[in-house]
Amino acid sequence: MKAGNGKIILEDDQIEDLFVSVKRRYGYDFTGYSEASIKRRVQKFIETTEIQSADVLKDRLLEDGAFFTFFLDEITVNVTEMFRDPLFFASLKKNVFPLLKTYPFIKIWDAGCASGEELYSLAILLDEEELYGKSRIYATDISQRVLEKAMDGIYPIDLMKEYTGNYIHAGGKKSFSEYYTAMYGNAIFHSRLKKNVMFSAHNLAVDESFNEFNLIVCRNVLIYFNRQLQERVIELFLKSLPVFGFLALGNKETLSFSVFKDHFEEIDRLQKIYRRII
Amino acid sequence: MLEKIEAIVIGGSWGGIDAMIKILSALPSDFKPTLVIVLHRPKNVVNSLEGILKRNCKIPLSEPQDKEEIRSNHVYLAPSNYHLLIEKERIFSLDVSPPVNYFRPSIDVLFESAAQAYGKLMAGILLTGANKDGGDGMKTIAENGGFTIVQDPSTAASGIMPSAALRLIKPDFLGNIHSIIELISSGKEFIWQ
Repeated sequence: MKAGNGKIILEDDQIEDLFVSVKRRYGYDFTGYSEASIKRRVQKFIETTEIQSADVLKDRLLEDGAFFTFFLDEITVNVTEMFRDPLFFASLKKNVFPLLKTYPFIKIWDAGCASGEELYSLAILLDEEELYGKSRIYATDISQRVLEKAMDGIYPIDLMKEYTGNYIHAGGKKSFSEYYTAMYGNAIFHSRLKKNVMFSAHNLAVDESFNEFNLIVCRNVLIYFNRQLQERVIELFLKSLPVFGFLALGNKETLSFSVFKDHFEEIDRLQKIYRRII
Repeated sequence: MLEKIEAIVIGGSWGGIDAMIKILSALPSDFKPTLVIVLHRPKNVVNSLEGILKRNCKIPLSEPQDKEEIRSNHVYLAPSNYHLLIEKERIFSLDVSPPVNYFRPSIDVLFESAAQAYGKLMAGILLTGANKDGGDGMKTIAENGGFTIVQDPSTAASGIMPSAALRLIKPDFLGNIHSIIELISSGKEFIWQ
């Protein structure tokens, strides 16, 4: 359909058809994504790439793998910041780390790590609590390209002022600038922070559990999934957590609507930290 | 002409908090439609807006959780640092994609998704603001048959936001905050369903 100003407006069935074709061709499944927000991003993609119709978009995506990779990056959300929601990190330190300290070895899964801002925040916090040495962090994301950014650990220096503020609010103990080297307008995070990190591609919508973890951090990822897909992922997390394993979600994400909710207890109701109890 | 209304969405910038309080405090506790509001607000500050609005509102008010079911006789406030969207099944979705018009939550993002979910069963209200956010959203509401209400820019603390909307649409109702309150609290023009 075309609006009065010549703008192409995608219909719901066109988007569904597109996602079914993409799934068949590439194995990426967007059919369980939250409709309103995925539709908005596909719509935005059509506008910025000046594609003329839903059919043209579909043809190009199916024929051109590089174009699909570009599409994948654009419609999945990779925006994050270091120590986003500082009070979450403060709570992690207060409510989760004391138990982790009692373990000889700690396994953490940062699911949907995007470009790594949250990952480095976690590594810094673990380091300051003298837990990093015995930790292994598995950092996964659907997009290989953002994983490469996460591996680089290089962020614009302009953002460091905001991140330093977040770090202080989170209860950071040092001077934030001790963790990076400023160079050519960038902050390059010290490579020792990724010494114990394993990066790999993992798609929560289709892939399976691959290990068992003491803590799973998956913040602001479930919001992109509909309830059905959220249930799949929560079950996947349940399978990846031993009893007393922790699960940390985003501030506005909740297990309250899940059939698996009775497996968990709330450790911090506001910061959405849960612990598996059965 | 009487229109059926299931939900009212309201947007304003940080300076719109006074106008928002006036509207909320005027509405009776049994006000039927769902209200969903976005105020441009700073992020990563201790969240006091919810408390302030709660104290000035007789209708139950909360920030929604992701995938929460939308109820009638309830006011929902878009949380800080997230976009708020409405799904057709009458549930909320949140989104941390980049700011739109420099803001997250953005009024356009809420209004556009609400327009697609509710169609003509809704009204949109755009209040005072110093940014053009909300204009495209009001246009989408109008295109989908919803009822559009714009605060008269000459009566707004900052007229930039309503003026930007007036360049895109001719609203169904244009007036000062008191006449907007009278319109929605009396149910004149609407049937609450």
